[in-house]
Amino acid sequence: MIKVLEERKNQIYTKGKDTFDFACDKHSVAGSVSQRACVFCGSRVVLYPIADALHIVHGPVGCAAYTWDIRGSLSSGPELHRLSFSTDLRENDIVFGGEKKLYSILNELIDKYKPKGVFVYATCIIGIIGDDIDAVCRKLEKEKNIPVLSVHSEGFKGTKKDGYRAACDALLKLIGTGSTDNISRFSINILGEFNLAGEAWMIKEYYRKIGIEVVSVMTGDGRIEDIKKAHGASLNVVQCSGSMTGLAKSMKEKYGIPYIRVSYFGIEDMSKALYDVADHFSDNPEILKKAKDLVTNELSSLLPVLQKYRKTLSGKKAAIYVGGAFKAFSLIRALKIVGIDVCVAGSQTGTKDDYALLKDMCDEGTVILDDSNPLELSKYVLEKNIDLFIGGVKERPLAYKLGIGFCDHNHERKISLAGYEGMLNFIREVHASIMSPVWKFAPRNSASRGNTSSDAIQTSKCAGADCSPEACSSCGKF
Amino acid sequence: MNKTEKKHEVTQNACKLCTPLGACLALKGIKGAITLLHGSQGCSTYIRRYMISHFREPIDIASSNFSEDTAIFGGNSNLKTALTNIIKQYNPEVIGIPTTCLSETIGDDVNMIIKEYISENEDENLPEFITVSTPSYKGTHIDGFHETVRSVVSAVSGHPGEKSVNNSRINIFPGMVSAEDIRHLKEIISDFGLDYIMLPDYSETLDGQLWTDYKNIPEGGTSIDKIREMDSSAASVEFGKSLDGTESASRILSERSAVNTFNTGLPIGINETDKFMNILSEISGRGIPEKYLSERGRLIDAYADAHKYIFGVKAALYGEEDLVIGLASFLSEIGIIPVLCASGGNSGRFSEILFKAVPDLSPDETSVYSDADFSDIEEQIKFLKPDLIIGNSKGYSISRSTDIPLIRTGFPIHDRIGGQRILHLGYRGAQQLFDKAVNSVIEKRQDSSPVGYSYM
Repeated sequence: MIKVLEERKNQIYTKGKDTFDFACDKHSVAGSVSQRACVFCGSRVVLYPIADALHIVHGPVGCAAYTWDIRGSLSSGPELHRLSFSTDLRENDIVFGGEKKLYSILNELIDKYKPKGVFVYATCIIGIIGDDIDAVCRKLEKEKNIPVLSVHSEGFKGTKKDGYRAACDALLKLIGTGSTDNISRFSINILGEFNLAGEAWMIKEYYRKIGIEVVSVMTGDGRIEDIKKAHGASLNVVQCSGSMTGLAKSMKEKYGIPYIRVSYFGIEDMSKALYDVADHFSDNPEILKKAKDLVTNELSSLLPVLQKYRKTLSGKKAAIYVGGAFKAFSLIRALKIVGIDVCVAGSQTGTKDDYALLKDMCDEGTVILDDSNPLELSKYVLEKNIDLFIGGVKERPLAYKLGIGFCDHNHERKISLAGYEGMLNFIREVHASIMSPVWKFAPRNSASRGNTSSDAIQTSKCAGADCSPEACSSCGKF
Repeated sequence: MNKTEKKHEVTQNACKLCTPLGACLALKGIKGAITLLHGSQGCSTYIRRYMISHFREPIDIASSNFSEDTAIFGGNSNLKTALTNIIKQYNPEVIGIPTTCLSETIGDDVNMIIKEYISENEDENLPEFITVSTPSYKGTHIDGFHETVRSVVSAVSGHPGEKSVNNSRINIFPGMVSAEDIRHLKEIISDFGLDYIMLPDYSETLDGQLWTDYKNIPEGGTSIDKIREMDSSAASVEFGKSLDGTESASRILSERSAVNTFNTGLPIGINETDKFMNILSEISGRGIPEKYLSERGRLIDAYADAHKYIFGVKAALYGEEDLVIGLASFLSEIGIIPVLCASGGNSGRFSEILFKAVPDLSPDETSVYSDADFSDIEEQIKFLKPDLIIGNSKGYSISRSTDIPLIRTGFPIHDRIGGQRILHLGYRGAQQLFDKAVNSVIEKRQDSSPVGYSYM
């Protein structure tokens, strides 16, 4: 029986059963196996897709090794972001400091790769040995005449969200340094879209079709020059709420650019993301008209296909555990279209408002979790007897061990799930995950059908002390 | 150019992982064990994710979860809270506690904190605690792996007088090999009529079956009680020439309890497997079982069938030093020239051990590269133009850009299914590697042939 830690009880809520007094935004409990990463991870994932920048991780080798080529973020040009650079600090560097090494490495790398900008990520140890990476960055910026930005992402200084903040601070330093000449009035930045499997390209194309110019995507297929002129856009469109809302708020304060929150997952949210932008530019009715045409056109081919899937998937049950809560909302809506109910929903970094909204969206009995761990997740997955788990790499084996279908909705995936095309990909994957015949062999499923795995195959009987290798494969003696 | 030194200060596309990862892997081979990394949350999560992408099994690694306060005032209270929470949730038999760069640098005395914790909780039924010092700025994952094995043995051994020597049992320290390798070793040892204590044994914990109910700690692994009996085994067999003469687990057993040690290379290929078989034969007093003689015979038959395709073929190898040495030994016995032997590790003795272990290699033909990263390896491959690349999946980008086939071995295999089931060891492992190597060469020739023969 799995016990929920006392310290975590108010981070779990069952709709209709508990009163809603939900805790979140907390440091993870020591000794629980949190699915979260650290501050560094938050910064690294946000900035990673900037393809013409050199990203160097200042610290011992692990942090860089574990994030080498980690996201499926595509680039239409340079691929410098796919290389992993580490100062690989050794014992001597820890004793005598790593500033000189950092300087000398960057001096060489900038000349070799001629990046348009550099991001220097501080890891745990930098915060302890006290390297002044800001000073190194300033010096190089002057000498090399490119932006060299420090990212204060020491792992222990908060949670993944603080890492998002550190990344946004670095972006904010870039924004406003480029020319905004020739930018259309009907223009947007897309924030929090990382071009996994080319999703940003697809979304940009939708916006182009309805007459909207995309000034910059932060950070999918990102370029330093585009980010520098992002302040020239008329509207910020924020997807992936967790990582980029802070930046949108700062840009509103500093440049007076309003922002809206959208999601590109699922047909309802995708359509809304187009309509909301069209509404913002309501003085140009042509945009709304084009948006309507686009949506109608896409839906007319998509909906009949989804209907077919609905026939087999209707009534299935799903669990969702994702990084940011905003994605969970989209997934719940997208799954509803094919008749799948979400019975367990959680996120690593949701806010109080997110969870309140999540609660309102879910049916009675749904379990909502903040900063959960494998034991809790498996407990509720089993209690709710779900058919599909949607999460990231760390949740995948948990689902598979229990004979449950799984969809990767994390940043390592290679299939686009955004937009209309992505909705179809997503439902196809959901269908393949749930309907695969292999689950019939899972012991949990055969047990529930009253047919234990030992009934299905003839296992040889062990004769105890007298057993022989020919007769026995079960006692472990042979 | 036979021995190349690191030219750049930067590490670009590391061919190594940090020390705590090796510790986490080794600890998965102990029954009822859970790992608690003493450091930031990210260390646990990154290592979990990295290992899960290879093994595709649930891998729970807890964290003492440092905050800014912890970094300033020390990890004492976080570590104790973490221990209590783990015991409550997982009820483990063993908690392994590797350190990280963070906890090492602030100077946390983990052993002392554990002592305090034990005395504060003396009424509780506490698990066994194994502490390992694994600062990530010192050594690589393979050092963390060996250090963990050593720490476990050091923590529980040293009571030889209490038990009489068991002449039909050996200790086996396989090193960092695949789950399938471990299963095969067990089979071989058992076929010699010997019992064994394997450390680590993650053959089930990291390559298990589906479950009916969620298991907090997967089944499998060698129990601490078994490891305690290592003192009274007939001998220790330790794979890895790089461990010879170092303060390894088997050395501890030999010093404390006079357990005879056999250090030998990873049994890859006929020559090195013969050595291992002979050791087992010597300990057990039995001849090599017929089953292995016929496997060996079939392997030689295959060598004969295919020798023409591979003679003089050049291969680039990378990975942990001992794996590279084992593979080099295998390749040299089939006529493939390992033109590059690279490792991200740096024992300081790689080149010396390699040429001693594989006398057929010539420094004129084989470049040895320690402390290498994948940018160094790529540079060498572009210069040496091998026909095959042999190593883990992280060399894929080089294989792709140079159009040289990659034979996946070792850890990690992140871009294929079944990394945990790759068999490297024994005659059987050599057979599989051999078929793969030969067929890669044939396939390349067939694909690039203008004719497209259906016979080769």
